[in-house]
Amino acid sequence: MFIDIISWIAVGMILFTSAAMLINRDWRVSLGALGVQYLAAFWLVTRHLPFVMGSAKLITGWMVVAVLGMTRLGLSTADERNESSFLPRGRAFRIILIGIVAFVAAGSTARIEALIPGLGLQVIAGSLLLIGAGIIHLGVTSDSLHIVLGLLTMLTGFEILYAAVESSILVVGLLAIVNLGLGLVGSYLLVAGSMPHEVEEVL
Amino acid sequence: MSAPVVWILIPFLAGILILLFVPEKYSSIVGGTVAMILSLVALIFPIDTALLLGSLSIKISTSVEFFGRSFSLSTADGTLLAIVYGSAAFWFFGVYSPKAEKRFISLGLMIVALFTASIAVEPFLYAALLLEMAAMLVIPLLVPIYQKAGRGVVRFLIYQTLAMPFILFSGWMLAGVESSSGDFGTTVQSGAILGLGFAFLFGVFPLYNWIPMLMEEVSPYVTGFLLWSLSIFTTIFALGFLDRYTWIRTSPQLSSAIIYTGMIMAASAGIFAAMQKHIGRIMGYAAIFETGLVVLAMGLRSSNIVDIVFLLLIPRGLELVIWALAISIIKREVYSLRLSEVRGLARKYPIAVAALVTAHLSITGFPLLAGFPSRLALGQELAGYSLTISFWVFIGMFGLLIAAIRTLAVFVMADENAPWSVNESWVQISMLAIGVIGLFVIGIFPQVLKPFFVNLPSLFEHLGR
Repeated sequence: MFIDIISWIAVGMILFTSAAMLINRDWRVSLGALGVQYLAAFWLVTRHLPFVMGSAKLITGWMVVAVLGMTRLGLSTADERNESSFLPRGRAFRIILIGIVAFVAAGSTARIEALIPGLGLQVIAGSLLLIGAGIIHLGVTSDSLHIVLGLLTMLTGFEILYAAVESSILVVGLLAIVNLGLGLVGSYLLVAGSMPHEVEEVL
Repeated sequence: MSAPVVWILIPFLAGILILLFVPEKYSSIVGGTVAMILSLVALIFPIDTALLLGSLSIKISTSVEFFGRSFSLSTADGTLLAIVYGSAAFWFFGVYSPKAEKRFISLGLMIVALFTASIAVEPFLYAALLLEMAAMLVIPLLVPIYQKAGRGVVRFLIYQTLAMPFILFSGWMLAGVESSSGDFGTTVQSGAILGLGFAFLFGVFPLYNWIPMLMEEVSPYVTGFLLWSLSIFTTIFALGFLDRYTWIRTSPQLSSAIIYTGMIMAASAGIFAAMQKHIGRIMGYAAIFETGLVVLAMGLRSSNIVDIVFLLLIPRGLELVIWALAISIIKREVYSLRLSEVRGLARKYPIAVAALVTAHLSITGFPLLAGFPSRLALGQELAGYSLTISFWVFIGMFGLLIAAIRTLAVFVMADENAPWSVNESWVQISMLAIGVIGLFVIGIFPQVLKPFFVNLPSLFEHLGR
C-alpha cells in the first residue's frame, strides 16, 4: 500500500516535470525537471528491476543532465536558438497538449493493464505520460536542446515499460549507452555552429 | 580468436586508434587497408572451420559471451562480412579531402563495427539498440563542429530514435503472438507496432523527407555512406524478423502492406526525383527509390526473396559510392549543387560527370549496368503478382530516367568555346574508373556475384525455402 502511494506520487512528479519541461522555455528549469523526472522513473523501474539496475538508469540519467547542463552553461545567451515561427508557442496551447496526454494516459492505463496483466497501473501511467509528453515535445520545438529533451523523455517512458517485460543486463547496459549517447549528441548539436570555421572541409 | 572480436572489436578499436594516433593524410589508407584486410579474412578464413597453414591450425570461433548474451557470427555471415568490409574499404579509399578524412574514416569504421554487431547479437531483437547507437555516431559525421545542425539531421536523429522502442516492444509482443497464434487482436497490434518501427528505420513514405534534406545540408559523401550502411543492415534486420516469425512470413495482408509500401516509396521517389533542381537531392531520391525496391522485394512471398534482395543491395554500394564521390568532386567547384550552378561542368570534370550519370542510370535500371539484373529479377516476380504494381514501379524508374537525362543535359550545357579539361586527380579517376567498370561487369556478367549467393541464403533458416 505504502509503495503504491509512493508510486502514484512518482507518476504525479512525472506529470509535473513533463509539463514544466514543455511549458517553461528556460533551459535550467527544463534540465532540473529532467533530473527530477529520472528520479521518478527510477522508482517506477525498480518496481520490476533490481535496485542496482534501476540505479544504473538513474545515474545515467543524471549524467546526461550534467553533460547537457555543463554544455549549455558554456554557451552564451546569444547562442540560444530561436524557435521556428511556424511552430505554435503559446503557453495555453502547451498546457492543453499536456492535458490531452494526461487524459489519454488516464484512459489507456486500465486498458493496457487488462491486456498485459502484472505491469502495474502506476508503471503504465508513468510510462504513457512520458512517452506522450516526449512525442508532443518533439512536435512543438525546433531547438536542439529541447529536441534531445523530448527524445530522452520519450525514451525514459519506454524504458519504464520495457523494464517490466525485459530484465536483461545487456539491454539495461545498451539502453544506458543510448541515453548517454543522446546526451552527448545533444551537447554536440548545442556546440555545433558556435565554433569558428577554422578549416575548410570538402568531403 | 572469435569472429565477433575480429569483425566487431578490432574495427571499432581501429577506428579509435585512427582518430587518436594516425596522421590526417594517412588515415584513408590505414582505414581502407583495415577494412580490406577484414574483408579478405572473411573471404579466405571460413568461420568455425579449422584451416591448416603448414603446421599452424587457424580456427575462428563463432561466438563470444557478453553480459550474459552472445554475439555470434556464423559461416554464412562470412560472405556478408566480406561484402560489407569490401564496400567499406571502397568508401574509405574514396575519401580524397585530406582535411576531413580522419573523422570520416575513424567514425566510419566504428559505425560499420556497430552495424556488424547488430547482425551478431543474440537475441537478434537487440539489434535495434545497436542500430540506434550507430545512428548516433553518424551525427558528428553529418554535422561539422562549425556548422549548425539542419532540419534533416534532426529529423534523422528523431526517426532513428523513435524506431528503436517500437521494434523492441513489438519483438516482445511477437513472442506472445507466436505462443497464442489465435489471438487476432494482439497479432494486429504487434504487426502495427513493428510496421511503425521499420517505417521509421527504412524511411518509408512520407518519413523519408530527411534524406533529400541531408543531401542538401551536409556532405553528399557522408550521406551516401550513411544511406549505404544503414540500408544494408536495416534490411538484414528486417529479413531476420521475416525469417523468425512464421505469421509475418505467411500473412497475406502483411505481405500486401509491405509490397504497397515499397511500391509507393519507389513511385513517389522516382516522380519527386524528376522534379528536383539539385543533384544531391536527386541522389537522395534515387536511394529512396532503391530502398523502395528492397521493401517491395521483401513483401514478395517468393523463394528467391533473399537472392533478389542481395542482388539489389550489393550493386547499391558501388552505385552510391561512385555517385557520392562524383558529386563531392563537383562540389569543390560550385557553391551549391543546384542544376543552375553545375551547368556546363562536364567540360571541366568529364570523368566525374560520366561516372555520376552512369551510377544514376544504373540505379534507374539501365541495361548493361549493375542495377539491371536485379530489376529484371524483381520485374519477373512482380509480373506474376500484379501488373498495377509493376506499372507504378516502372513510373518510378521512368522518373529517375527523366532526372538522369535532365542532369546530363545541364552538365553538357556549356559555352561552345569552353575548353575540355580533366581536373580530377589520378586517385579520383582511378576510383571512379574502377567503380564504373564494376557497374558494367556486374551488369553484363551478373554471374560474377554467384559465389556470394552460395552462402547468403543460409543466413536465414526459413526464407527462400
